[in-house]
Amino acid sequence: MVETYRQEPKLILKDLTKKYKNGDGVENINFEVREGELVTMLGPSGCGKTTILRTIGGFLEPDAGEVILDGVNIEKLPPEKRPTAMVFQSYNLWPHMTVFDNLAFGLKIRKTPQQLIKEEISKALKLVRMEGAEQKYPAQLSGGQQQRVAIARSLLLKPSLLLMDEPFSALDAKIRSQMREELKKIQRELNITVVFVTHDQEEAMSISHRIIVMSKGIFEQVGTPAEIYDHPRTRFVADFIGDMNFMESDEIDGVMAVRPEDIYVAKEGDGFAKGRIQTIMVLGHFIEMNVQSDKGMIKAFLPREQALGFDTGDKVTLTINKHCTFPKD
Amino acid sequence: MKLINFKGFYHALGKKKFLEFILFSFFLFFFFGPLMNLVMLAFGDSYMYPTFIPSTFSLKWWGFVLSQKNLVGSIVLSFIVAITTTVVSMLICLPAAYAFARYEFPLKKMFLFSFLLTNAFPKMGLYVTIGILFYKLHLMGTFAGVIIIHLINTMMYMTWIPAGAFSNVHQQQEEAARDMGASPLQTFFHVTLPMAMPGILVAGIFTFLSSMEEAQGTLLVGVPNYKTIPVVMYSVIFDYPATAGAVFSIILILPTIILLLLLRKSMGTNALAKSFKMK
Repeated sequence: MVETYRQEPKLILKDLTKKYKNGDGVENINFEVREGELVTMLGPSGCGKTTILRTIGGFLEPDAGEVILDGVNIEKLPPEKRPTAMVFQSYNLWPHMTVFDNLAFGLKIRKTPQQLIKEEISKALKLVRMEGAEQKYPAQLSGGQQQRVAIARSLLLKPSLLLMDEPFSALDAKIRSQMREELKKIQRELNITVVFVTHDQEEAMSISHRIIVMSKGIFEQVGTPAEIYDHPRTRFVADFIGDMNFMESDEIDGVMAVRPEDIYVAKEGDGFAKGRIQTIMVLGHFIEMNVQSDKGMIKAFLPREQALGFDTGDKVTLTINKHCTFPKD
Repeated sequence: MKLINFKGFYHALGKKKFLEFILFSFFLFFFFGPLMNLVMLAFGDSYMYPTFIPSTFSLKWWGFVLSQKNLVGSIVLSFIVAITTTVVSMLICLPAAYAFARYEFPLKKMFLFSFLLTNAFPKMGLYVTIGILFYKLHLMGTFAGVIIIHLINTMMYMTWIPAGAFSNVHQQQEEAARDMGASPLQTFFHVTLPMAMPGILVAGIFTFLSSMEEAQGTLLVGVPNYKTIPVVMYSVIFDYPATAGAVFSIILILPTIILLLLLRKSMGTNALAKSFKMK
């Protein structure tokens, strides 16, 4: 029998607790991140995701618990002694220094020789597709460019763990999706472990290996994007991720949750619900249809061809493919 | 064709604006009049009352003033005292300013406002009591005593203005530096201080200029060993003619004008205004 080598997790959080005076915060957080994984903490403002991230980075002292990185306890170390690197949402770069000086900052503190600094910075800028920007000042760059330089800077010190605090939230939608792709590419190339924080569920779904959905300091669910989307464990997760219809039904005890793409619309026949089409919206390669039914307002996604025969005001029957059930609260 | 047509001007501007214009002209005259008089006197050759404008102009009195050892000595001393005051003030007050900007501690607001106390009362009352203390501590007539007086007058500038400048440096800029491996001290010198520099420069210039013109306290504490320009000025008025006094006054005013002009040119009004903002 071959002995499989089980790698120790890269990052371990043990019973991590940090509570604020107003009651916000997190308690007894236990979690492990594997090497080369991109884990996202996803949730609305105030859910505790940034608290946990800043505790890992060293900017917040926990009330209790341990943070273990590469087998070493780092919870008592100041940020400059931790092998982590953080990219913030904004105010990353120092405006009074050129891009080169911004990038060289950490290397100079480590007394890296000048020639090596130049080479490393060149490589880093190439990685984030910002070659030649060395002599520019941050104010001369766009938001997306500034974040790219910030990412380059954080990678220059070869951190064991990259922490990202909603780094793309301040950028335009189109730039955001570009940055997500680039981040995924860089992460794969360097096999770097990343802990990412965002409130944007689409962002979390698109880049993560695993997602932690959080609400009010609690881990609602942990899983891959597919798991979280297809099998939401709680009502909060079902509601937060993607679109979801919530309906009450006599047949089952509780609330039924159905994804819009799992609803089939027909002109007649028996089905789950009957109603009238309220709106038809063309959203690109698919159609969003809102139906006022006997079970409430139901949203359905249809491919363009399927929706051809329908018009607003039509009477329709809805059937569902799959659904989840959650207890009534 | 009439070039200066007041009636036409009045109708062109409208009543309100015309009156504002008149008021502004009076203000300018009131404000610059004495200064113009000073400049006129300083370059005048001989000034005999009751003629208003000197009969001849020359640099005679400049040469005269600069040859008087006690006057030149006071000029040098004023600069030395002002520079020392500014440097010591920075060393003492900048850490306090940083603390006010970054930390919360009990009675913080009270401490912040206490810096204004020295400027809230008529100075002479303050100086008399300080004089009593200084006699006990053997600080009368010493350089340290003079510096202390100057510090008390200017601490307000070196705490409030830099506190505002420091609080305008976003905390995340400092956190990013720590994240990159910089110790708290390195972060302060490489990130916080450079970014707050405009505000600190403004505070420094205010401190310097305040110290240059400080008269009453220095008169009380410094005499007879340490006489700065304003102190000497009191006797110059009696011992020398008006033209010499005018020259001396301009030497006093000159640093102020030069520094303020340089400041405005190098930093621009925007940066200047930003340094006063306190979150």
